[in-house]
Amino acid sequence: MRAPIPSTTTSPFERLREQAQLLWRDRQEDSVPVILVGTATCGRAAGALEVFQAIKEVVQKQNLNCLVHEVGCLGHCYAEPLVIIRKPGYPSICYHHVNPVLAENLILNFLLKDDPCFEFILGALEENDLIPSFSDFPRSKFERRIILKNCGQIDPDDIQDYIAHGGYEALSIALQMHPEKIVGEIKRSGLRGLGGAGFPTGEKWTVCRHSPGEPKYLICNGDEGDPGAFMDRTVLESDPHSVLEGMIIAAYAIGAQHGVLYVRAEYPLAVEKMQKALRQAEAWNLLGNHILGSPFSFDIQLFQGSGAFVCGEATALTASIEGKPGIPRHRPPRLAVKGLFGKPTVLNNVKTLALVPHIMRNGADAFVELGTRKSKGTAVFALAGKVVNTGLVEVPMGTTLRQLVFEVGGGVSQGKHFKAVQIGGPSGGCLPEQALDIPIDFDSLEESGAMMGSGGMVVLDQDDCMVEVARYFLDFTQKESCGKCTPCRLGTKQMLDILEDITKGRGKMEDLETLQQLAEDVKKGSLCGLGRSAPNPVLTTLRYFREEYEPHLQEGRCPALMCQDLMAFYILPQKCARGCDACVGTCTVEAISTDKKRRIKVIDQKKCVKCGICMKACPPQYNAVIRLSPPSLVPTSTVG
Amino acid sequence: MDDVLEIRERTREIVARSERTQGNLIPILQQIQSELGYLPHEAMLEVARFLNIPEVDVYSVATFYNQFRLTPPGKHSIRVCMGTACHIKGGHITLAAWQRRLHIGPGETTPDQEFDLDTVACVGCCVMAPVTVVDHKMEAKADPTRVDGILLSYQIQKEKTSKEEQ
Repeated sequence: MRAPIPSTTTSPFERLREQAQLLWRDRQEDSVPVILVGTATCGRAAGALEVFQAIKEVVQKQNLNCLVHEVGCLGHCYAEPLVIIRKPGYPSICYHHVNPVLAENLILNFLLKDDPCFEFILGALEENDLIPSFSDFPRSKFERRIILKNCGQIDPDDIQDYIAHGGYEALSIALQMHPEKIVGEIKRSGLRGLGGAGFPTGEKWTVCRHSPGEPKYLICNGDEGDPGAFMDRTVLESDPHSVLEGMIIAAYAIGAQHGVLYVRAEYPLAVEKMQKALRQAEAWNLLGNHILGSPFSFDIQLFQGSGAFVCGEATALTASIEGKPGIPRHRPPRLAVKGLFGKPTVLNNVKTLALVPHIMRNGADAFVELGTRKSKGTAVFALAGKVVNTGLVEVPMGTTLRQLVFEVGGGVSQGKHFKAVQIGGPSGGCLPEQALDIPIDFDSLEESGAMMGSGGMVVLDQDDCMVEVARYFLDFTQKESCGKCTPCRLGTKQMLDILEDITKGRGKMEDLETLQQLAEDVKKGSLCGLGRSAPNPVLTTLRYFREEYEPHLQEGRCPALMCQDLMAFYILPQKCARGCDACVGTCTVEAISTDKKRRIKVIDQKKCVKCGICMKACPPQYNAVIRLSPPSLVPTSTVG
Repeated sequence: MDDVLEIRERTREIVARSERTQGNLIPILQQIQSELGYLPHEAMLEVARFLNIPEVDVYSVATFYNQFRLTPPGKHSIRVCMGTACHIKGGHITLAAWQRRLHIGPGETTPDQEFDLDTVACVGCCVMAPVTVVDHKMEAKADPTRVDGILLSYQIQKEKTSKEEQ
C-alpha cells in the first residue's frame, strides 16, 4: 500500500482522491489496454481463475504492455466466466463463457491484431456504433444499478479504484454535517432495511442515537442465510468499500464507536476481500482514530458467522457475537435501545448500508423518486433456478414479478412452462402465474403471503412439485429452529412429518386441514421471525397449489413427477433406439440392461435410484426415457 | 491428532493469541478448527479454562453452530450444497450418490479417513446448481456421474502417488 502523498490541497480526503485519480488516469492512459476478469465465487466455480492465469501467461509470453485485474461479479452469472477487455480505440467489450484457450485467442486476435472476435462477445459496456451494448439488452429497460454500480467493474482489492470512482466522497461530505442532519436525510429518503423486514432505517438510527448508553455499536449483517440468495455475497466480494463507507457514515450518524461486520464463514472469499478492504481503509485513515482529520473515531471488527440460519435474526446475531449460542430473545427492548453487550446497537443489512453513500452523495430527493409510495429505491434479486438468465439484478421497487422473471430473467429455461416463483427463501412463499403482476415492494409481497426476504428468487417450472418444495423448506427451518419456543420447535417438526407422509404417498385428506391449522398456529405463536415465517412456504402452496396436494393424497400420484417415492423411470420400447447404449453407460448403479431378445433397454426398478441421469443421456431424437406416476403405471412385463 | 498432550499444547498456542473475553469464544473455536481440523474434547476443555467459563458453555456453542465438527475430518472434504436452487436441480440426488459411493452419511468420515461428507445450507453459487464443494473447490453441476468422476480422479491420484513411493 502506497502511503498518501503530501499535497497543497487542504482537506485530507481531497488529497486521497487526487492520488487515486492520478493512478486511475495512469491506468486509463490511452496506450495501455486493460483486461478485467470476473473472479467472484460464481466466476471461480465456472473456471475464472484458470482463465486469469492463462491471460497472465500469454501477456507475459507476448511481452504485452497491458494491465490484468481481477474484478467482482457483473451479475450476468449465466455467462461466466466473463472477461472485459478495454482496448484503446474500442469500447469496453465483455466476453462470455471464456476458457483458457479462448482467452489466449482473444489476446492474440484482438489485442495483437484488430479482430474483436465478435462471435464471443456478450456486449459492450458503453454505447457505441460497433458492438451492441448492455443497454440494448431487453433487461436494461428495467435495471437500475445503484448498489451493484461498481460490481464487476472495479478491483475490489484496490481502495484507490473505489475512490477514483467516487468512493468515500460521501463520507467526506457526511463528516462535515451534523449527525442529526444525516439521520434526517436518511429518514427523508424513505430507505427501508433490505434484509427482508423492511423496517425504516432512519427510524432505527434515531432511536439508537437518542438511547442512553456508551459505547454504541453498529453491526453490518452479512449473514446471508437464505438458501438461494447470493446478493450480499456478491456485494461483499465485488465492492467491499461501499459497505465499509456506509458503515462509517452510519456509525457517525448514530454516534457508534465500534462496528462489527458479520459475514458468514461459508463465504470464504467475501471474508478475504473484506479483511483486505478493512486493512486498506485503516491504512488510509478512513477507519481508526480521527477519521480524515475529523474528531470522529470508529473501528470495525470482522466476525465470521458459524452457520446458523437463526443468526439472521438480530438478537440471535448479537448473542453469537457475545460468544453464546444464537438464540433469539424477546423484543422489546429493541436492539437500538439494548443490543450488543447491552448497549444501543443498530443492525443493518449489507445492501442497506451500501445504499447509504449513494443517498448522501446524491441526496434523498433523487432517491425518493425511485420506487413506490411506501418502498423507495431499488431492490437486488438473485435470480436462480429454472430461469434463462440466472444472476443478479437490481430493479426499482415496484417492478412486477412478471417483468423480473420474463423480461429480465429471459423466461423459463429449456422452453418449459412456468409454475411458480419462490421468493424470500424459507421465510417467503411460492407465487403462481396469476400473482406475477403484483409489484415488488415490501407491502404487496407480504399481502400475497410471501415476503421480500433478502431477495433470493428461485424460478420453478412444470417439473417441480410444490408439495416437495414446501417439504424442503420445512425440513430446512425445522433443522435450523433454535428450539427455544415450543410452536417453532415442535410445530415445524409436526408439519414436516405430515409433508413427508404426503410426498411418500402415505397422507390422508384430513392432513391438509391439520397442516393449515398448524401453520397458522406456528405463525402466531413463535417468538422470532424464523418461526413466524417458517409456515409461509406451506401456507402459500396450500393457497395457490392445493390441486397439487390432492393427487398425492388421493391417487398416490405426483403431478410434477418429482416425488421420488411416487414416480418411476421407464424406457418406452417403441422409442428406444436399439443400437444406442447411452443410458446403459451413464447409469451409475447399473440398473439398465439390454433385453436380449428385442435389444431394447430395460430399467430394473429394484436397482433404480431415480437419479434421472438416463433421461438426460437419452439423445433428443429418441427421447425414450419417461417418468410415470404412480410407479404402478410401469408395465409389469418389462419390470426386472 | 490423537495425542492429548499435543492437542493441549497447540490449543494453548492458539488461545494465547486472543484476549480472555467470552466474545472471543467463536473466533477461538474457528481458529482451532481451521488448524486442527476439528474441535477435540481436550481443546474445548482448554478453551473453557482459558476464558474462565463453564465447560458446558463451550460445548453448547460448539454443538449449536453447523460450522463446528467434533470428530476428525477425512483427508478430503466433500460438502454438498442443499440450497433451494441446488435442491430443485437435484442436490439431494447428488448427496445420495455421494452416500452410495462413500458408504457414509452426512457428518461422517470414511473408515480409511480419506473422505468426510457433509451438507451445507447454501454456498451462494446457485447459478451453478447443483454444487458440491470438494476440498474448498466449487464443483459446478455436480450430478451423480460427476461424483463418480471426482472419486475416480482421487483414486487415480492415490494410485499414482503410491506407485511413486514404491
